[in-house]
Amino acid sequence: MSRAATDPTNRRLPGMSWPARIGWLALLAYSIYAASLLDITWARLLIGLEQGANFLARMFPPDFSRWKLLLHDLSESLEIAIIASAVGIILSMPIGLLAARNLLPDWVSWPARMLIAVCRSFHPVIVAILFVKAVGFGALAGVLALIVASVGFIGKLFAEAIEEISLKQVEAVRATGAPFLNVIIFGVMPQVLARFIGFSAYQLDSNLRNSTMVGIVGAGGIGGTLFAAFQRFDYDFVLAILLAIIALIMVSEAFSARLRATFQ
Amino acid sequence: MKPELSDGRDARGSGPDARSLVIRELTKEYVRGTRVLDGVSLTVEGRGLTAIIGPSGTGKSTLIRCINRLVEPTRGEILFMGQDIAHLRGRALRTARRRIGMVFQEYNLVERLSVIENLLCGRLGYVNPFAAWLRRFPAADIARAFDLLDAVGLGAFAKQRADALSGGQRQRVGIARALMQGPDLLLADEPTSSLDPRTSVEIMELMVDLAGKAGIPVIVNIHQVELARRFAARVVGMSGGKIVFDGPPGDLTDDHLKRIYGGEGWLAT
Repeated sequence: MSRAATDPTNRRLPGMSWPARIGWLALLAYSIYAASLLDITWARLLIGLEQGANFLARMFPPDFSRWKLLLHDLSESLEIAIIASAVGIILSMPIGLLAARNLLPDWVSWPARMLIAVCRSFHPVIVAILFVKAVGFGALAGVLALIVASVGFIGKLFAEAIEEISLKQVEAVRATGAPFLNVIIFGVMPQVLARFIGFSAYQLDSNLRNSTMVGIVGAGGIGGTLFAAFQRFDYDFVLAILLAIIALIMVSEAFSARLRATFQ
Repeated sequence: MKPELSDGRDARGSGPDARSLVIRELTKEYVRGTRVLDGVSLTVEGRGLTAIIGPSGTGKSTLIRCINRLVEPTRGEILFMGQDIAHLRGRALRTARRRIGMVFQEYNLVERLSVIENLLCGRLGYVNPFAAWLRRFPAADIARAFDLLDAVGLGAFAKQRADALSGGQRQRVGIARALMQGPDLLLADEPTSSLDPRTSVEIMELMVDLAGKAGIPVIVNIHQVELARRFAARVVGMSGGKIVFDGPPGDLTDDHLKRIYGGEGWLAT
């Protein structure tokens, strides 16, 4: 082993590399250029603020007189979110497992990763438009769109969680002569289950938010009503809908926090 | 301890001759042209404890891991129970692995499972996935798991999670898990390297005792020469991927140790 002393003229800590410096400078330059291109000026911002104040004034007080419609639409959104989450999570588990590169050979994981990538490529609203065209208006299109979104998101997270497990534990189970599925059940699942629950709870939250939006393109839920209220300038009803959505999301946050705590 | 297992076999198995292991010209190259194992030939009788000693990176671990094919050998034969393990695939390989228990340096317990579930991992070669998922193990296996847990002195820890145990306790569970297989051969890859000296001795004693009762041979990789001398019936010294010493521990001299580990400054005079 060599015991060479360090060069006294070179006893500095490594600083930021030149490629990194150039990268940051380029980002700054492009941001300034893009802002000038899009005509974002102070004058434009001031006009916008004035309109915004006007809009806010017309929202108060919120109008809850149509609470029956509100409740009906909200529960439809909830149903879309729960069904899509359940089916999406069940589909994501095998797909995520197949996509894990540390457990499966490339010819298996590659197609699974492709499938996940395709599911991730489009925003849920675009997928919802496709399904509205394919299966018609209503909640079914919303459910299908959010299933695709769920597979794209948690399928990838599941795969990554599996890729981070301790292979020593897996190796020990494999060494007992256990078949592949038993290795998964005893060597892999215990290591990832808590994280899967966390991802699933997060996806349920996310699906709830998205289920309030797919209605805008006619795929069911409260979004359709919200959009109609906007178009009719019923801003007080809009505020009532927005407050209802906030309440729903807060309840679901609390629920998913409980869920995570239970399975830790 | 009840010797019966769910597959109806006597856990004491089929006698020492059937359990002998013959390794012929075993070579392993992780990188083409670099031989970690260089034509190792070794016959291990079906009884007693054989210790493999040698410096780090000399292929001890690779040798042990080739025997149950956690590492794929490049060339050579590993004959055990009438089969060449080196060339088995799929179901035949899994069936062979069921006959070979393994104890790991870092215990390799499934941390988030309970101790008793870790023991039952040893039976996963015998239950179908659905039963495994629902934890529906045969009653005989469960009874034996509790017996073995008592035998390693951890009866009170059955329902605790494995990550709540200390190192020595984990290794006891590791040994019990390996014996749950009802193996015909026990491999141990540096089982005491992560443990303090006293616990190391206790673990070695436990392994010798339980394997002796089950009548199965043990092959142990070990760093500590003193432990090898104390517990092994036979010592195999490796250096540079080859066997450079093979004999009873009494024959192991400082000259041999110099050949195995190189240099001499580290030897106490």
